[in-house]
Amino acid sequence: MKLLKVIIKPFKLDDVKNALAEIGVQGITVYEVKGFGRQKGHKEVFRGSEYAVDFVPKVMLEIAVHDDQVAKILDVVKKNAATGNIGDGKVFVLPLEDVMRIRTGEKGDKAI
Amino acid sequence: MQRAVRGLKSFFSSSGKWLPLAGLLIALMGPLASMAFAADPSGAETLAADPKAPVNYVWVLVCAFLVYIMQAGFALVESGFCRAKNAVNLMMKNTMDFCIGTIAYMAVGFAFMFGADKSGLIGTSGWFLAGGEYDVGRYLLYMFQVVFAATAATIVSGGVAERLKFKAYFIYSIVISAIIYPIYGHWVWGGGWLAKLPFGAGHVDFAGSGVVHTVGGWIALAGAMILGPRIGRFNKEGRPVPIPGHNIVYAVLGCFILWFGWFGFNPGSTFSAHQLRISVIAVNTNLAAAAGGIMALLWTLKKTGKYDMGMTVNGILAGLVAVTAPCAWIEGWAAVVIGLIAGILVCLSVDIVEKLKIDDPVGAFSVHGINGVWGLISVGLFADGTYGLCTTDAPLVKGLFYGGGTGQLIAQLIGAGVCVAWSFILGWLTFKIMDIIFGIRVSAEEELEGLDLGEHGADAYPDFVTTTLKK
Repeated sequence: MKLLKVIIKPFKLDDVKNALAEIGVQGITVYEVKGFGRQKGHKEVFRGSEYAVDFVPKVMLEIAVHDDQVAKILDVVKKNAATGNIGDGKVFVLPLEDVMRIRTGEKGDKAI
Repeated sequence: MQRAVRGLKSFFSSSGKWLPLAGLLIALMGPLASMAFAADPSGAETLAADPKAPVNYVWVLVCAFLVYIMQAGFALVESGFCRAKNAVNLMMKNTMDFCIGTIAYMAVGFAFMFGADKSGLIGTSGWFLAGGEYDVGRYLLYMFQVVFAATAATIVSGGVAERLKFKAYFIYSIVISAIIYPIYGHWVWGGGWLAKLPFGAGHVDFAGSGVVHTVGGWIALAGAMILGPRIGRFNKEGRPVPIPGHNIVYAVLGCFILWFGWFGFNPGSTFSAHQLRISVIAVNTNLAAAAGGIMALLWTLKKTGKYDMGMTVNGILAGLVAVTAPCAWIEGWAAVVIGLIAGILVCLSVDIVEKLKIDDPVGAFSVHGINGVWGLISVGLFADGTYGLCTTDAPLVKGLFYGGGTGQLIAQLIGAGVCVAWSFILGWLTFKIMDIIFGIRVSAEEELEGLDLGEHGADAYPDFVTTTLKK
């Protein structure tokens, strides 16, 4: 089992969610987050003075999946979240020790 | 009830014996109310003597109500330009300066400004709107003037925003509404010495570029200087760091409300619907606002490459402030020129104030203090000699560019200088004395956490806070 943390541009959320649903992903948790990578931040202006915004808004999806789904999901995210510009985001793939479905108490792969 | 009394006591405890003073004021009001009067409290005699009075009364009252709504404009501009953690505090200041101003101006301010003149310096009759003041005409004058007094008071809250103790603002509100504003107002509008200057038509200020805006703007500067900049406004090398406001939508809505209110502020100052000059005044008011907004937009576009909403708001307000003194005495093209120059002045002033390491969070001084002075001076340049002092009769007001010579300009320069000195010095003393007695700035911890929590125990936007009943 793996836990994917998928950080993307906010306006790409719908595309990514719909594409993931089509390939059988059954659950997604979404966070509104702020951060920077190589994109760094951007400039804004307030009453004639410029200032830097270092942490720009992104959304982060957390998805728990079976091991054999990972390659497919990475492919789908790349197709649907990329604009080709700097700042498109990243996917972190983490090992997932265990999962429990609270309603039934099922554990492991069955609970995903 | 006991809790309320305790609250009152703790409120006033560190600033001296306020409770007895309040009792004394109430005791004073009793006998005054029963004094004999020869006035016209019902309005019957006024109506019989002047059948044209009703339209004037309606005109002046409607304009007064428009000026009143400018309080909402100031509250929105100031809170929008500041951070969410101080929004309740700014709303409270804008609410309370109107409440306090209303009472203080009724008690003594109105008498200082429009009472029987003493040596051209101060009014000396008409306390508490009692006795001979209990009259439809005098009450009409009070209603129109009290909303102006409150406008002068509320300008200052923007300059001292996000760090001034509420207690200091409460006391300041009494001082400006009872003393600083009405005494200067008497000199210009109450038949005082500035109105009688032997130059031009005397010092003139149609709707208050000086009386209202210069006074408020320069007191705001004094307060901001004594307080010092907000934490984080200048970095360790002394370079300015912008602190963005939390809601530009509020700020722009506030700007629209102020602009709307100004259509009462300026045209209503004829004090008569029979002065058809009101249409000229309304058009000039609108032209200067539009020109100020365009110029500030272009000025900041050149500097930053962006169409800057915040400075555009400041530019519109600068144009309105500047045209307030000359609006009755100029042609349309002059209103546009005055507004364009106001748009430049406000941008330059914001930069200079910042270079001097003074922190004026919303630009109150640059909008009101600088452009108030510009408005007064502009009368001496652009007044075209077609209109007099709220009448079509002589003396007509004529400036340098229309062959009026330098007389009016001199009167305007003297008035502007006196206005700046009076308001800055008294504003400085008011804040400095309070600072020495009890310290006017909140603690660093409270400033960082926000005044909403420290001063008011409140949160303007408590969306994600779960609440339980306090045990």
